[in-house]
Amino acid sequence: MDASAQPAIAVENLRKTYKGTTAVDGISFRLPPGSVTGLLGGNGAGKTTTIAIIMGLVMPTSGRVAVLGAQMPKERYRVLHRMNFESPYVDMPMRLTVRQNLSVFAQLYGVADIRGRIAQLASDLDLGEFLDRQTGKLSAGQKTRVSLAKSLLNRPEVLLLDEPTASLDPDTADWVRSRLEDYRRERGATILLASHNMNEVERLCERVIIMKRGRIEDDDAPEKLLARYGRETLEEVFLDVARGRQREAAQ
Amino acid sequence: MSDSMRDVGLDFSLNRVGAMVRRYWYLLRSSWPRILDLIYWPTVQMLMWGFLQLYVSQNAGFFAKAGGVFIGSVLLWDILFRGQLGFSISFLEEMYAHNLGNIMMSPLRPAEFISALMIMSIIRLAIGMVPVTFLAIAFFGFNLWSLGLALVAFFINLILTSWAIGIFVAGLLLRNGMGAESLAWTIMFLFLPLTCVYYPVAVLPVWLQYFAWALPPTYVFEGMRALLIDHVFRTDLMLEALAFNIVLFAAASFAFFRLLASARWHGSLLQTGE
Repeated sequence: MDASAQPAIAVENLRKTYKGTTAVDGISFRLPPGSVTGLLGGNGAGKTTTIAIIMGLVMPTSGRVAVLGAQMPKERYRVLHRMNFESPYVDMPMRLTVRQNLSVFAQLYGVADIRGRIAQLASDLDLGEFLDRQTGKLSAGQKTRVSLAKSLLNRPEVLLLDEPTASLDPDTADWVRSRLEDYRRERGATILLASHNMNEVERLCERVIIMKRGRIEDDDAPEKLLARYGRETLEEVFLDVARGRQREAAQ
Repeated sequence: MSDSMRDVGLDFSLNRVGAMVRRYWYLLRSSWPRILDLIYWPTVQMLMWGFLQLYVSQNAGFFAKAGGVFIGSVLLWDILFRGQLGFSISFLEEMYAHNLGNIMMSPLRPAEFISALMIMSIIRLAIGMVPVTFLAIAFFGFNLWSLGLALVAFFINLILTSWAIGIFVAGLLLRNGMGAESLAWTIMFLFLPLTCVYYPVAVLPVWLQYFAWALPPTYVFEGMRALLIDHVFRTDLMLEALAFNIVLFAAASFAFFRLLASARWHGSLLQTGE
């Protein structure tokens, strides 16, 4: 990874307030191409708002966000076809079959060989047996795999994941993480992952940004965070930060 | 395509419009109640008003001469009402499916999204209205298609108004979430008394006539009565309707883009629920 290269995602003094409530409070970070970064934080920490601003869905109150060199949201149409996202809070049309859904989104993203790409994803993500079933009739795990397939349709260079394994059983969650690792390795994609699952972050991410009340409380590699806080797991580090013990723990 | 045009979403892809039309078509054909719903009310309305007209025409000399005015009004009103409803329901399907985030995050431009919704409103209208026009011939001998070029002028003006209202309602839904859903179903009824669907504008109080003449469909319904009662096609009325429609469509599009920008500012695109 070339640290001097243009960052895949650059966030600078980002701030977002809603009617006097500060959701994101002046955060900055730069993610190099090909990196996998975890965005950790409790409920209301500002993770989802940060990701939404990066995607261009929310306009920041102040500050700048650039994705692959394009200012968001102003220049979003330059790069939206090179990005994608997955979130358990966004569904796909339930009455359409998996194949129909993937085919519609592939067309929206301008995928050249739609049939071939769907066949490849069906093979990679094991969707074959329910490709022609209505999306609404799938189990939670199957729906997550379909959402993941949708997020990989256009071979995105930047992949934003909001709780990608929420509500999945451990086996399916582990399987999804393996597929994400495969994709990152094959494509060299930049992945930003918001999660409450510390095992997931420890396994996938080379860097962790911990947010609390809209601010970045800490930002480092998982092993350095563990060493600095003198903890065995990221979960313990997260609890130190969440409960305001980070200063004494880090000292 | 220049970067500046792309930045403001002015580059247009028929391929992406086609993708969205395909998405709504898959949904429509997967659900027979949705298709039945398209035909059910227009048929009931046409039959009710048709029989009422039959009764009145047998008992009043004027209405005997003005054959088809009621049924014509019903059918043209349905173009206006169902054109808007077809647009709005397709948009609402995205909110019901919690799919708006996927759509707004995709490369689909707002103008392409609106174009797909306009195409779907015509498809839905065709499914609902074409069979009903043939039923009107079978039951009452009223042939809407015999209006020929006049029908084309009526249709263009009515569908433009319906799209303008649909675009405005879509903006309100983006900004206010499902709290604005009832508007999608009811807003057009505000036009029912004011656009003088079933009676001439002269029936209204003078002060209300100014409002009526500011609405494009009023010209269409007056034009239809002129054609069916006086057998005169009023080109002037159609051109005036078109001029008002251009203003209305531009105002609705402007409002939509402002409401979309406001939704981005307030984070409403993330929370499209109640």
